[in-house]
Amino acid sequence: MSGASSWSFREEDSKRIHVILMAFLRESNARTGMIVDRTGQMVATVGEEPTFDPTAFASLTAADFSANDQLARMIGEPEFGSLFHQGEKESMYLADIARRVILVVLFDNRTTLGLVKLRVRQTVAELSKVFDDMFTRGDAGQVRMETGFVGEAEDELDKLFGA
Amino acid sequence: MSMINYASREINCKLVYYGPGLGGKTTNLEFVFNKVAPNARGKLISLATETERTLFFDFLPVDLGTIRGFKTRFHLYTVPGQVYYNASRKLILKGVDGVVFVADSQIERMEANIEAMQNLYDNLSQHGFNITALPFVMQYNKRDLPNAATIQELQAALNPGWPVEDPARQRVTPDPYHEGENLIEEVGGQWIERAPYFEAVAMNGDGVFDTLKAVSKLVLKSLGTA
Ligand SMILES: Nc1nc2c(ncn2[C@@H]2O[C@H](COP(=O)(O)OP(=O)(O)O)[C@@H](O)[C@H]2O)c(=O)[nH]1
Ligand SMILES: [Mg+2]
Repeated sequence: MSGASSWSFREEDSKRIHVILMAFLRESNARTGMIVDRTGQMVATVGEEPTFDPTAFASLTAADFSANDQLARMIGEPEFGSLFHQGEKESMYLADIARRVILVVLFDNRTTLGLVKLRVRQTVAELSKVFDDMFTRGDAGQVRMETGFVGEAEDELDKLFGA
Repeated sequence: MSMINYASREINCKLVYYGPGLGGKTTNLEFVFNKVAPNARGKLISLATETERTLFFDFLPVDLGTIRGFKTRFHLYTVPGQVYYNASRKLILKGVDGVVFVADSQIERMEANIEAMQNLYDNLSQHGFNITALPFVMQYNKRDLPNAATIQELQAALNPGWPVEDPARQRVTPDPYHEGENLIEEVGGQWIERAPYFEAVAMNGDGVFDTLKAVSKLVLKSLGTA
C-alpha cells in the first residue's frame, strides 16, 4: 500500500474555480489564470490558452515557489505569499493558495501590476475557500480507481516500455 | 501524491530517481526520452550547471495513454546528488508516489550509495513518508564496469530488507524478476521484505525500462482497489 495520499478534483470544483478565475481575468485585464499544485501538476487553466507546454510550466512553477520558500526562511520569513516575475512585455504573478496550490497570473502591458495585485487578493480569498473545502471533504485522503484500471494500465505500460 | 482530476479526466503520478551524484539518474531519463515515442512524452527539462551536473532536477513527463477514460501520466524527476543540494532534494520529494534508487555499482562508490540511501530515509520521513510503505525499486547501475561490486554485496549494503510486521503479509513471496529469490521471506526467525532490484547499464539503456516499468506498476497498484 502506498504511503502517499492522493487527492481528487471534481467537475464541480472545476466549475467553481472557472467562475472565480473568469471574474478575476475580467476585472484585472490579465490574460491567463492557472492553478498549479505544489507538487508540480497543472490543475486548471482559464483565459487565453498558453502556447507553451503546460506540464513543463507547472513543474517549474512549483519548483520556483518551493525554492523561494526556502529563500524566505533564510531571511527569517515563514514564506513569500506571492512572487512577481517581470518581463519586458509579459509578466507573471504567483500567489499561494491555502498552502496547497499556486495561482499563476500571466499578464502584459494591457494592465498593471497594481491592478493585478489588487484583484489577486480577493481571488486568493475565494479560491482558498474552494480548496479548503476540497481538502476537508474527506475523500481527499485515498482515492481509488475502479476495478480493471490497474490491469489496463499495466497493458499500456507493456506497450509503451516493451513487454 | 497522485492527483486524480475528474474534471479534465487526468491522473498524474510523480516518480523520483534518487541516488548518489554521478550514479546515472539523468542518464536513465535521457534514455527514456530518446526511446519513448515523441507523442508519448514531453520535453526533457534539465536545471543543470554549465558542467551538466544536475542543479535542481531533471523532469520528463511520460504519457501512458487513456485508461478507463483517464489520461494517465507519469512525471519523472531526478534529484541532484551532491551533498550540499539537500534542500533541492527535499523539495522534489514533495508529493512523491514512487522512488527509484539508482546506485552506482562501483566498489569505490559504496559509501556514497549508503549515504544517499540514509539521506532518502531522512528526507522521506520529514515528509511523513516511510520508504517501506512507498512503491520503491532499486537499480544497480554501471554493471559494465570492471570495478563493480557483486549484487550480493550491493543487496547486503543497500537493500538488506525491512521487517514485515503485518502477519497477513508474512508469507514467502517470490521475486518475479529473479528466479529462485524472494522479496518476502523469513531470515533467522524474522520476516523481511526487500525492494525489487534491477541491474542496469543506463548508458546503453540496459535495465532502464525494466526499472521504470516495475516502479510504475507498483504505483498504479497503489491507486487501484486493494
Ligand atoms: N560506465 C557507465 N557509465 C555510466 C552508466 N550510466 C551513466 N554513466 C555515466 O556516469 C556519468 C554520470 O551520469 P549521470 O546520469 O549524469 O548521473 P547523475 O548524477 O546520477 O544524474 C555520466 O558520464 C554517464 O555517462 C553506466 O551504466 N555505465
Ligand atoms: Mg543528474
